Amino acid sequence: MIADEAKLNHHIFTTKLNELPTRDGFGDGVVIAGEKDENVLVLCADLTESTRSNKFKDKFPKRFFETGVSEQNMAGISAGLAISGKIPFIASYAVFNPGRNWEQIRVSIAYSRANVKIIGAHSGLSVGPDGATHQALEDIALMRVLPNMVVLVPSDYEQAKKATIASANYKGPVYIRLTREKTPVFRTQDSPFEIGKAQILMTGNDVTIICAGPIIYEALKASYELNMKYGIKCEVIDSCTIKPLDEKTMLDSVRKTGRVITIEEHQISGGLGGVVSEMLSEKYPVKIKRLGICDSFGESGTYEQLIKKYGLGIDHIIMEVKKLISER
Amino acid sequence: MPKHSHSEEIAKIEEVAIELRKSVIEMLLEAGSGHSAGPLGTADIFASLYFHILNIDPKNPQMPDRDRLVLSAGHICPILYATLAHRGFFPVSELKTLRKLGTRLQGHPHINEPPGVENTSGPLGQGLSQAIGMALSAKLNDQTHRVYCVGSDAELQEGQIWEAAMFAGNNHLHNLTWIIDRNNIQIDGYTEDIMPLEPLRQKLEAFNWHVLEIDGHNVEEIINACDNAKAIFERATVIIAHTIPGKDVDFMQYKFEWHGKPPNRVQAEKALKELRTLAGRIRSEHD
Repeated sequence: MIADEAKLNHHIFTTKLNELPTRDGFGDGVVIAGEKDENVLVLCADLTESTRSNKFKDKFPKRFFETGVSEQNMAGISAGLAISGKIPFIASYAVFNPGRNWEQIRVSIAYSRANVKIIGAHSGLSVGPDGATHQALEDIALMRVLPNMVVLVPSDYEQAKKATIASANYKGPVYIRLTREKTPVFRTQDSPFEIGKAQILMTGNDVTIICAGPIIYEALKASYELNMKYGIKCEVIDSCTIKPLDEKTMLDSVRKTGRVITIEEHQISGGLGGVVSEMLSEKYPVKIKRLGICDSFGESGTYEQLIKKYGLGIDHIIMEVKKLISER
Repeated sequence: MPKHSHSEEIAKIEEVAIELRKSVIEMLLEAGSGHSAGPLGTADIFASLYFHILNIDPKNPQMPDRDRLVLSAGHICPILYATLAHRGFFPVSELKTLRKLGTRLQGHPHINEPPGVENTSGPLGQGLSQAIGMALSAKLNDQTHRVYCVGSDAELQEGQIWEAAMFAGNNHLHNLTWIIDRNNIQIDGYTEDIMPLEPLRQKLEAFNWHVLEIDGHNVEEIINACDNAKAIFERATVIIAHTIPGKDVDFMQYKFEWHGKPPNRVQAEKALKELRTLAGRIRSEHD
C-alpha cells in the first residue's frame, strides 16, 4: 500500500490532515533559501501577499524588488540579475508568469540559461471563483517546451517548500507551479525530494496512476477506496518534476501494471498527460487515460465544485480506474 | 611615448569606426543576410564605447568590475561583433563566420558567444530590463562599474520598454546609461509614419530619466554625454543619439529599405571604396 520510502503522514487516510496551500511552501522555502545564500532575491509583480513573497520581503527587505504590474520587465530584470550571479525568484500568478511573459522567459531566461526561478501561483482550478481568466490551465505546456527549463509541480506544502529550496540550489532556470487553496499536507518533513525524481507513494500491480500537484491527494484517497472496496491495487506516482521526466520510475511501474491514468489540473494536451503519453508511446505503449481539462476554459465556482465538474474528484477517478481495468 | 592629444584620440576613434563599417560590409556580404543600416549607423557609438568609454579587458572578458554593455537591438549585432573583434576579444578572421552553421556569431547574439557578448537579444524591447537587472546587482554588491544599454528607436514601440523605463526611473539607477539609436527608420518605413515616437525627449523625462540628446556620429559628443551621465547621482541617464542609418555608405544612407538586407557583391565593393576614401580623408585631416 503506502510506500515506506515516501515517508508520508502515517494517518493519511484516518484523520483529518492539516491543510496549507502550496504557495505557503514557497513562501517559507524561499526564506530558508535566502538564509542560506545571500544571492537569493525575490521580485514580485504587485502580488506580494498572494504569492507569499511577503515573508521574504519582511525578512530581507533589501533583497526584495517590487516591479509593479509588469511581468515582462520582471522577467528581463531577473535575467540581468542572474547573469550577474544572483538567484532571483520572480513571482506572480501563473496566467501572467509565464502566461504574459513567455517570450521574455524564452529569450532572456531559457536561451541564456539564466539562473532564474519562475513562480506561477494560483494555477489550475484552485483560484476557483476568479473564473477562467485567472485559472492557468496551460502553463505546464508553455514551460515544458522550452529548452533548459526544469518544470516542477509540487503536490503539498512540504514538497513545495523542498522544491523551492532545491531549485535555489540547482543552477539553471526552473518553473514552479503553485496553487491558491489549502490542500492536505500528506507529507512529513522527512519525505524525500529530488529534482528529476518521481516518487511512488502507493504500490500496486493493477494500474499506474501518475499525478502532479495537490490533486494527487484525491488519487490517493481513490486508490485507498479501490483497494478496500474492489481489491484493485493502484500504484500512485507523484511526478512533481514534469521536466526532466523520471522515465525509469514510470516505465518500471507500467511494465508491471500495463495501464496508466494521468491526473492533473491542466489541459490534457501538453501537460503531464501529454508528457507521459509521448514517453510511453515511444518506449512502452500501453492503455492510457488522461484526466484533466479537455480543451476548454475553466469558470467560476468553488475549488471543490470545479474539481467535480471537470472530472477530477474521487468518484470520477474510481470510475475511470474500473473502466480501464475492465477494458483489458 | 608622449600622451595622445585630445584630437588625436578622437581621430583614432573615428578611424576605428570606419574600420568597423568596413568589417560590417564584409561580414554582411559573406553572410548573405542580415541588417545593414543600423550597424553602420552605430559604428561611431560602438567605437567610442569600446575604444574609450568602457572599462573592459579583452584578455579578461569576465573581469568582475568591468563595465557591461547590453545590446538590446540584437539585429545590429554585426557592429557589436566587429567591435569586439577589433578590440581583441576574438580574432577578426572569425567575423567571416557570421550567421554560418557552427558559428559563435549567431544571427542575433547569444550570451558569452563570442566572449564579450554580455546578453542574449534579438526580439526587441528586452535589453533594457536585462541592463536594469545588472545595474541592480551592481548596486546590491556595492560595485562601481556602469551598465550601458544600446537600443534602437523603433523598439520603443514595445510595451516592455516602458515597463522598464518606469522601473529604472523610479529606482534611481544612476549606474545605468541607455543609448537610443535614433535613426528614424524601421523595417516598414520611417518611425514617424509607422508609429510616431515624438515627443521622445519629453516622454523619457516624464519617466524620470536624465535625458541628453547628441549627434550620434560626433565622437566627442558621445564621450561627453557618457561622462555627463557618470556625474548624475539621482537618476538613470538616457542618451538620444541622433544617427543616420547606413552612415558613410552613400547609397544606403537614410533609406529604410536597407534596414534588414545585406549588400550584394557590387554594392559591397562600392561601399568599401567609399569607406576607404573616407578613411584616407580622416587620416590626412589629422596628419
